[in-house]
Amino acid sequence: MALAWSRGAGSIALLAMLSGGALPAQAAPSGAAQRIAWANRLTWGATAADLAASDGPGSDRWLAAQLEAPPADLPPDAAAQVAAMRITREPLAQIVVTQQAMQRDANALVDPEQKKAAREAYQKSMNALADEARSRSILRDLYAPDQLREQMTWFWFNHFNVQAGKRDIRAMVGDYEETIRTHAFGHFRDLLEATLRHPAMLRYLDNDQNAAGRINENYAREIMELHTMGVGSGYTQQDVQELARILTGVGVDLNHDAPRMRPQLQPLYLRAGLFEFNPARHDFGDKHFLGHTIKGSGFGEVEQALDLIAAAPATAHHVSAQIAGYFMGDAPPPALVDRMAQTFQRTHGDIAQVMRTMIRAPEFAASLGKTFKDPIHYAISAVRLTYGDRVILNPQPINNWLNRMGQGLYNHETPDGYDMHAAAWSGPGQMATRFDIAKQIGGGAYGLFRLPGTTADRPAFPQLQNALYFNGLQDALAQPTRAALAEATSPQEWNALFLSSPEFMHR
Amino acid sequence: MTPHVHRRDLLRGAAALAPLVIAGRAFAAPQAGSRLLVIFLRGAYDATNVIVPTGSDFYRQARPTIALGKPDPADPKAPLPLDAHWSLHPALKDSILPLWQQRQIAFVPFAGTDDMSRSHFETQDTIELGQPVGGHRDYGSGFMARLAGILGRGDKPIAFTDQLPLCFRGGAAPVPNLALANVGKPIDTRQAKLIERMYAQQPALSRSVAQGFEVRDTVYRTLDEEMKAASRGAVSAKGFALSASRIGTLMRAQFNLAFVDVGGWDTHVNQGGATGYLADRIGELGRGLAAFAEAIGAEAWRSTNVVVVSEFGRTFRENGDRGTDHGHGSIYWVLGGGVAGGRLAGDQVALSPTTLNQGRDLPVLTDYRALIGGLVARQFGLGADRLAGLFPGAKPRDLQLI
Repeated sequence: MALAWSRGAGSIALLAMLSGGALPAQAAPSGAAQRIAWANRLTWGATAADLAASDGPGSDRWLAAQLEAPPADLPPDAAAQVAAMRITREPLAQIVVTQQAMQRDANALVDPEQKKAAREAYQKSMNALADEARSRSILRDLYAPDQLREQMTWFWFNHFNVQAGKRDIRAMVGDYEETIRTHAFGHFRDLLEATLRHPAMLRYLDNDQNAAGRINENYAREIMELHTMGVGSGYTQQDVQELARILTGVGVDLNHDAPRMRPQLQPLYLRAGLFEFNPARHDFGDKHFLGHTIKGSGFGEVEQALDLIAAAPATAHHVSAQIAGYFMGDAPPPALVDRMAQTFQRTHGDIAQVMRTMIRAPEFAASLGKTFKDPIHYAISAVRLTYGDRVILNPQPINNWLNRMGQGLYNHETPDGYDMHAAAWSGPGQMATRFDIAKQIGGGAYGLFRLPGTTADRPAFPQLQNALYFNGLQDALAQPTRAALAEATSPQEWNALFLSSPEFMHR
Repeated sequence: MTPHVHRRDLLRGAAALAPLVIAGRAFAAPQAGSRLLVIFLRGAYDATNVIVPTGSDFYRQARPTIALGKPDPADPKAPLPLDAHWSLHPALKDSILPLWQQRQIAFVPFAGTDDMSRSHFETQDTIELGQPVGGHRDYGSGFMARLAGILGRGDKPIAFTDQLPLCFRGGAAPVPNLALANVGKPIDTRQAKLIERMYAQQPALSRSVAQGFEVRDTVYRTLDEEMKAASRGAVSAKGFALSASRIGTLMRAQFNLAFVDVGGWDTHVNQGGATGYLADRIGELGRGLAAFAEAIGAEAWRSTNVVVVSEFGRTFRENGDRGTDHGHGSIYWVLGGGVAGGRLAGDQVALSPTTLNQGRDLPVLTDYRALIGGLVARQFGLGADRLAGLFPGAKPRDLQLI
């Protein structure tokens, strides 16, 4: 540890700071702090690589590549971890059906003790599936080249939230996130339908139990209230009820064969993987939805309803405001949200174009560094800053930190998703927890470089006083932070203080 | 037979608890230095096998393999009689029975919500939010946070949980949360001061940062003394008993409005009877409550109320797996040094196939909002005007629990 402290280019400048509290005389390269600010906003956190590249985050070239390219590959060390996962090797339907059989077999056991053991084994394998998805998500956030897509993947998951703990969704969350990721910069209408056709959503909001004569409004209401138009945007309770009728028969089927039904209904039956539209469960009456009459016809009604919802001005506005809030923090400028909503409508919900309108707005540039990080931005940015492109061997500590901070992946119970307001994450308990975590990240590898099943980390030391710091990060520090850092008595303490600083809490 | 049997505790001295009359208006007498702890048993505990309707033959018929027997002083596995109809689980003999004998605990059977979803997740939210079922839910307004707001200054709320629970969300002042299972050493004072100084120019965060350190510090200091004292030969507690003892220590001097949750009650399979899984869980809960009462100390205990709730009860009949499924009505507990206990409080109904809710579980005769609203009205001396915002649309019901 002491070696690391005294070694490297940083030590001279640090000594200068320690001795007099004065700042190093040399100024950072022009624009470096600015480049870091852009990286901190458009990626999961600046790394030393952002300093070197002149066409990095914020540049036109970078932005075009992020918004237009398909999902990118992970670097080999991270890709290998993902490749070994069951969620990578087996398709969703196979996983879910296998798991269901395991549960059925456990329930069929007569001996209570055997049954208990079999049920525990089932639960364990279900938890493992959700944990794999969490690990993959964390690795992508840390190392995927398409950082903006990964941020939007988290955003859209939260926007179309499901909770892993409900029913058998643990087996489905990985695929659900993958589906969202594919559509992250596509058209909103397609993203909306992709979530509607996913068994995780149909389970989570109970639409698999919505049938003619046994209406369950849960999903219909949340589509209107949370996913698209927004509460209080003008739709009525009647619209919710009609949408629920339209959605009757949209569900999940784990059986190999299609259900039996009258021959004249059979052509209307739809099946894609676990998704099913079962006309025998559908209400074929006409519906009056958002001022239009939708003739009873089968799944075509759902397509018509989604067209209407996706084209509604309220949807353009609500979704734009959510995106702006995610990146720009509480109360994004209304004029910018309006311009994003105009782009949304003009481009028929082209998310990449809406993103471009936001990111290229002067208000966006002016807001850099002012958004309070939510826990996941905090944890991921800290590990990115600390270890750069050295790929961690074990994402579990990050998962634990997220849980401790109250923002565990796929853990939010309610369909509204995690709160994005700063106040939700900046309370006394939360701040104290962050400082604990800052100390853990700053103090050593903390299990990040420990292979599962082993007891010691591979050698790794958090080196936050690196080129990025001296050539840019420090320029953005306010005097109180500089003064506190100057009093650090060890590199570990310096790290902990830096990761605890108000500057590091914002992006 | 009338469906509702009203029971009143005739032994209690009515004069001692008569409302104070001040300037022509009736107020409940607030308890000085009053403290409230809400314990949430997440997962829906099987109330019927803990506060056991041993007077009912229907109970034993409905639970052929898991029912507890009739009270029998000669049998250590037999439930302990509370009155002619109800008995206490034997695992609570050393912890809760003494409180009952001292009239410091009351049970409120047929208690719960009007949420019929039978979903853990929906109904826990229903209770924590304390908002009308079926209306639009405001997830940023929990009932404990509203209570903290009503009580105003001088109030010190805290959630002993690793995340801020829904019930403490919202309100003007941030409510701290802290899990007690493993209280680590806080960041040392010097480092904390350095961090606080970094936030000197951050008006939005500086108060939160300072309060976060203060709470950590307080908790650690308070518990450190306890740990030193405990290390002098005492058997160290584990699990909930450890947490509960720590909560007692912290509520003695530092906090007066607190929440903690205990999980592991979703007993669909092989739940056991006089012994077994549920007996172990309930025994641990009982030991925790006794440890809490001891840790908070005799003086503070006199003005402390603990309310134990759970999202719903379980099916009255056992299922095919020697367990029970999601039901409706539960049995809540109210305990404290000033509690008018030693009785079953609230309305009751004789148990039969026709009086069960939907033929499967206990009906709810006492709404949780009415119960808690009525309790805190007396405890904190809240008039109807101040109480109105606590549980919108619900009428408090004074069960004269204190």
